Amino acid sequence: MISLLAQISNGDDLYVAQNIFWWFFAIVTVIAAVKVVTTDNIVHAALHLVIVLAGVAVQFVFLGSEFAAATQVLVYIGAIVVLLLFGIMLTRGSLGDDGLVDTERRGLGALVALLLFGLMAFSLVDGFEDVLLPEDSRNLVEVTTPIDTDIDDDEFIRQTRGSDTAAIGDAIFESYIVPFEAVSVLLLAALIGAVVIARKE
Amino acid sequence: MISTLSSVLLSTVLAVEIPYWGQTSFRVLGGLVAILLPAGGLVYVYLFKMMSFMQSRLGPMEAGPYGSMQLLAEVGKFLQKEDIVPAKADRVVFLGAPFIVLLSTFLLLLVVPFGPDAWFVDLDTGVYFAMAVSSVSVIGILMAGWGSSSKYSLLGGIRAAGQLVAYELPMILAVVGVVIQAGTLNMNEIVFAQANGEIFGIGVIGNPYILTQFVGFAVFLIAIQAELTQPPFDMPVAESELVAGYMTEYSGLRFLLFFIGEFATAGVFSAIAAVLFLGGWYVPFLAPEHNLYNVLGPLVLMAKIFGVAGLIFWFRFTYPRFREDQLQRLAWKFLIPIALVNIVITGVLKVVF
Repeated sequence: MISLLAQISNGDDLYVAQNIFWWFFAIVTVIAAVKVVTTDNIVHAALHLVIVLAGVAVQFVFLGSEFAAATQVLVYIGAIVVLLLFGIMLTRGSLGDDGLVDTERRGLGALVALLLFGLMAFSLVDGFEDVLLPEDSRNLVEVTTPIDTDIDDDEFIRQTRGSDTAAIGDAIFESYIVPFEAVSVLLLAALIGAVVIARKE
Repeated sequence: MISTLSSVLLSTVLAVEIPYWGQTSFRVLGGLVAILLPAGGLVYVYLFKMMSFMQSRLGPMEAGPYGSMQLLAEVGKFLQKEDIVPAKADRVVFLGAPFIVLLSTFLLLLVVPFGPDAWFVDLDTGVYFAMAVSSVSVIGILMAGWGSSSKYSLLGGIRAAGQLVAYELPMILAVVGVVIQAGTLNMNEIVFAQANGEIFGIGVIGNPYILTQFVGFAVFLIAIQAELTQPPFDMPVAESELVAGYMTEYSGLRFLLFFIGEFATAGVFSAIAAVLFLGGWYVPFLAPEHNLYNVLGPLVLMAKIFGVAGLIFWFRFTYPRFREDQLQRLAWKFLIPIALVNIVITGVLKVVF
């Protein structure tokens, strides 16, 4: 995505726009996240959660990982929040605030949130330090086939462009095949368990 | 389509460099054209004229020649109407819902290629992205259903959400066959794979995947019919039970947005089906690398959109409504197993050949 934009603009002005939008989406995400826990209306909380998750997806796009962004949208927005909203609307159709959302354990919640934030911030900073995002993440993949020099620019891009989705697929089914299968079995077990619990007779 | 087209034209023929904001404006303009043109065309050709023909009546005839300006008259009518918000409605959620539904349509359009160089975004994850953003519209529909503070709307919203979640699965699974065969998720590369493909060594017409993936095509068409909540899958907006489902309380501009959203989504889904199964902007006997496709491609794709949408609307006007349990049974017990078997067979054949 970034590489794509870079190709189009051929200039530094791109990064200005990118920075502005990064801050815009970051601020929107944080405000929505605060709203999720402070609102008294449970449907509003769920809808603010949609904004938070969409904001995270946008940040994935800024990091050049479209696949993670699409997965974020598909799984969290398209499935999990829909399921949440579905459950809320089936069980309580009332509009307006319902006092049940607020709890007395605010301090404890804040403490856990702070601890989690510290842990994740530390691990991110410690793990990546000042690694910069490569300017063109698609060109990282080594080109093995000889490139025909007679072709035009578009064809050159098409041939040399590595595919990060393909890299993710290879990684899952080569290096991480055992965890992947374990997760599959776990999900299957959860599915069967849900059916067993739902059918009592 | 227009954006890249004009940028290619301007930069190669006239040697003009378009600034970033200019390209962005072109893209927005191109997006509006690519959304509204098929949507309006589909409404006129199919909803106004084909439906009337099938019901032995003329349809709109007064506004313009053969009623061709009827759509503009309808839009004008909707724009004049008062934008009513029910007194007890959740105002922000109610007002925002149609825009979320339309947003999903616009995001879907992003990855549709109109020619070898005429695309909005050439995403590496094209098909996957399309499947992901198509699920965003459910949020908008649930917002409309809940925010209207009406029991008809709520029931319609819940029915719609249940239906859309159920039919998303067969839709995604139907596409997997194509992805396996093409070996890529990128929409434009899927078109190239079809254009350069061969069937038993004969590559004259390429290999449009409808020939090898006809099961996937059938499942995909049924699934998008359900995603559009059109008859026979119109339980969420069943007028005899729920007035108009989640759209009951909407009037004026916002009803128009839902209406545009429905037909624009029909157009975009048809475009995706055309790209995945019918070869997209490619026509036989003209090499896919040819520059002519940047002009010809959008027209070819438009023709294919109308072909696929014709099937969708034919079903719409022909079949009676499903019952809710039949609807769910069709998705979970019929379409999903078929799609899964299709994936397995495609995978085996891919390895064998």
